[in-house]
Amino acid sequence: MATSTAPRTSAPSPSRRSLSHYRWPIGYVVVIVGLFLLYHFILPNLVTQVSGPVTAWLPVATLNECLMWAIMALGLNVVVGYAGLLDLGYVAFWALGGYTAGWLMAAPFNWTWDFHLFGAVAKTYPGTHITFWLVILIAGVLCAILGLIIGAPTLRLRGDYLALVTLGFGEVITQFFRNSNDIAGRNLAGGDGGISIIDPIGTGPFGATGLVPPGLSNGAQDNVYKILVLGLLVGACLFISLRIREGRLGRAWLAIREDELAASMMGVPLVRTKLLAYAVGAFFGGIGGVANAAGITGAVSPSGFDFGKSVLVLLMVVLGGMGNVWGVTVGAFLLAWLNSNGLKQIGVQLDSWFGTTLTATLPRYNYIILGLLLVLMMLYRREGLIPEKRTKALMNTPSRTEMESMGAESLEAAAETAAVEKADAKTDAGIAASAAAVSPVLDESTPKREDRS
Amino acid sequence: MATLVVGGTKRKAKVRLGPVVERALGFVVLGLVAIWLIANIVSDPNRFLGSALVGLQNGLLYALVALGYTMVYGIIELINFAHGDLFMLSTIVAAGLMVSVMGVGQLGVGTILPLIVALIVCMAFGGFINVSAEFLAYRRLRSAPKLAPLMTAVGLSFIFRGIAQQDYVNGSAQKNWAVVWGGPVVEGVFVYKLLMVIVVTVPLLLAMTYIVSKTKVGKAMRAVAQDQDGARLMGINVNGTISFVFALGGALAGAAGVLYFLVQTQTYYDTGTQLGLIAFTAAVLGGIGNLTGAVVGGLAIGIIQSINEGGAYGLGSNWSQSVVFLILIVLMVFKPEGIFGRPTTEKV
Repeated sequence: MATSTAPRTSAPSPSRRSLSHYRWPIGYVVVIVGLFLLYHFILPNLVTQVSGPVTAWLPVATLNECLMWAIMALGLNVVVGYAGLLDLGYVAFWALGGYTAGWLMAAPFNWTWDFHLFGAVAKTYPGTHITFWLVILIAGVLCAILGLIIGAPTLRLRGDYLALVTLGFGEVITQFFRNSNDIAGRNLAGGDGGISIIDPIGTGPFGATGLVPPGLSNGAQDNVYKILVLGLLVGACLFISLRIREGRLGRAWLAIREDELAASMMGVPLVRTKLLAYAVGAFFGGIGGVANAAGITGAVSPSGFDFGKSVLVLLMVVLGGMGNVWGVTVGAFLLAWLNSNGLKQIGVQLDSWFGTTLTATLPRYNYIILGLLLVLMMLYRREGLIPEKRTKALMNTPSRTEMESMGAESLEAAAETAAVEKADAKTDAGIAASAAAVSPVLDESTPKREDRS
Repeated sequence: MATLVVGGTKRKAKVRLGPVVERALGFVVLGLVAIWLIANIVSDPNRFLGSALVGLQNGLLYALVALGYTMVYGIIELINFAHGDLFMLSTIVAAGLMVSVMGVGQLGVGTILPLIVALIVCMAFGGFINVSAEFLAYRRLRSAPKLAPLMTAVGLSFIFRGIAQQDYVNGSAQKNWAVVWGGPVVEGVFVYKLLMVIVVTVPLLLAMTYIVSKTKVGKAMRAVAQDQDGARLMGINVNGTISFVFALGGALAGAAGVLYFLVQTQTYYDTGTQLGLIAFTAAVLGGIGNLTGAVVGGLAIGIIQSINEGGAYGLGSNWSQSVVFLILIVLMVFKPEGIFGRPTTEKV
């Protein structure tokens, strides 16, 4: 396989490795704080000729959405990119996370008790109001458990079955929430209407100082602060993804992705490792769900959790480069931006240049554009925009059975063809001469063999 | 579940409990299904009959779509996610052709000719789209890792859905067509609907079985499914055979699209995903790669689903996706190779 024959770069010295480990968080903090300062202090003070295009092409709300999708994409990257398990129902975890926020952070539709735990709203509000940060953990753990439950019966099977089961699972979760207003006569999650007015993200001690609002609702001014909150979450996901990949578990995932049989021969417990990939991915999905429900939309309803969202996240992972967290983050930003604001803005720009009417029509083609993008990526750049070195080799190597059926001969033949194509007249003459030198031996040996028979 | 996993992986125990427990649980599940069916028959036989007839009608349609899945999987081991959406597109083509172009309204004996025309056009349409997809995308990915063609299929399915969502095609809402059924009604089932489905579906299924088991092309298909390189060495045109399989699958999806439109008299862009999942479950239930299995699986799922929706003891149509999904999960756990399939181990 190409991965094993590729020359291994020698491991960098410990001091350089630790330095490179700490280089990215600094850069990341600089970027996020820079974005915050840009939107909070710099843009309002600039003339509209400069600030206008910036807020038109990348409004704060879209930036927050991009950050939220980055959490989702990083989560799916653990499942698809690291462990190589195709999950087509990732939206299920997003939905469960959102509904956890709805259950624990919203005014009631059938609750008869009030419960406040550092909530972002006044104590007089009815219903359960738990702080955003605790809900994130609860939702993450819930989703991880759900991931284990759904993964357990299917992970013993082949990969393509898993894709189908996860797809079905995504559909069923949506159906559950759609029917949730009447489950054995009880209203569990509001049915088609979902749960609305979920608490904003509370700022706790920072809000008490009076510098920032006590709760980050969906106003333009509050949205700016969300860059920091969501940026922190994305940073945490990046950190976990990077560290876990270096560790024993991450290496086991990569081994499974590249060759399941060989990995199990080397003593990697297949089911447990795959289940852990599923659980970690689901944990991220839950965080993304809470971030979306509390930070972006402020409400959850089943219509938002369709198959299209699962494919959108998958596309972010594939477009960015499976297995490479930076690529995946870039992919998430690019596609989330295209999906929410970019296509419309491109339409506006094209309209102003050519006088067309694409502003309204271009966003309607987003499914076709995204689908085409996925197919073209698979055909021409399977490893993604910013590929990981290992993935690149993997995605361009035929699968095991293919290799076997082609046999080593065809690989040798390919090498020979390449050599022949490279060869010029001089080497040809050399080959001919050496052949002539060998041929008398051949001539002698041939009759000998005939005699013997 | 926990006991299962523990029993299956514990290596030290001499007697492996896993398979035994698994078997017993499998029979318990089968028994529960049987009890549920009998309870439905006993409590309200008429309703059961009506639901069973609806189930037969839907099940035949599922079988048509499931055949497309199972044949493609059988020959190149690809779950063609776009297959359900191809079926959805052909329902839209059929609706446009029959209602807008040929002006079909009240269905009767006079609409047999438009039905035949629509069947031919939609089968050609389905076959053409499927073969083009194979030619443009899957063929180039044949030597790529498995994830690549699978994702390509997902992308194609997305494109098909996007096309159907355009306002000038079908729009993103459910679209009802002014097609009216007449004739006798038995237990809420239009007899002519059921007859039409049977008259169209059964010959198609028989023709498919004939093609695969008796003709030279069918022999080539089976050979390619078994060993592509071996088939190539025997002088079989592998690419042509695979294209032919895609054409057959697409044509079946096209025919199913016409029938589905006439039965439901509505079109919706999401039909493909929902019905595709059901049909694939049917294919897995029967044993993927097995033609008879796909038909039996389709019928079984159609009947279970319609009894769940219309029977005396059922969860109702709100939960039918979940019921089908439950069947899929139970199947994955207890009998992943399906009813007619043989257990296979992964090739090394």
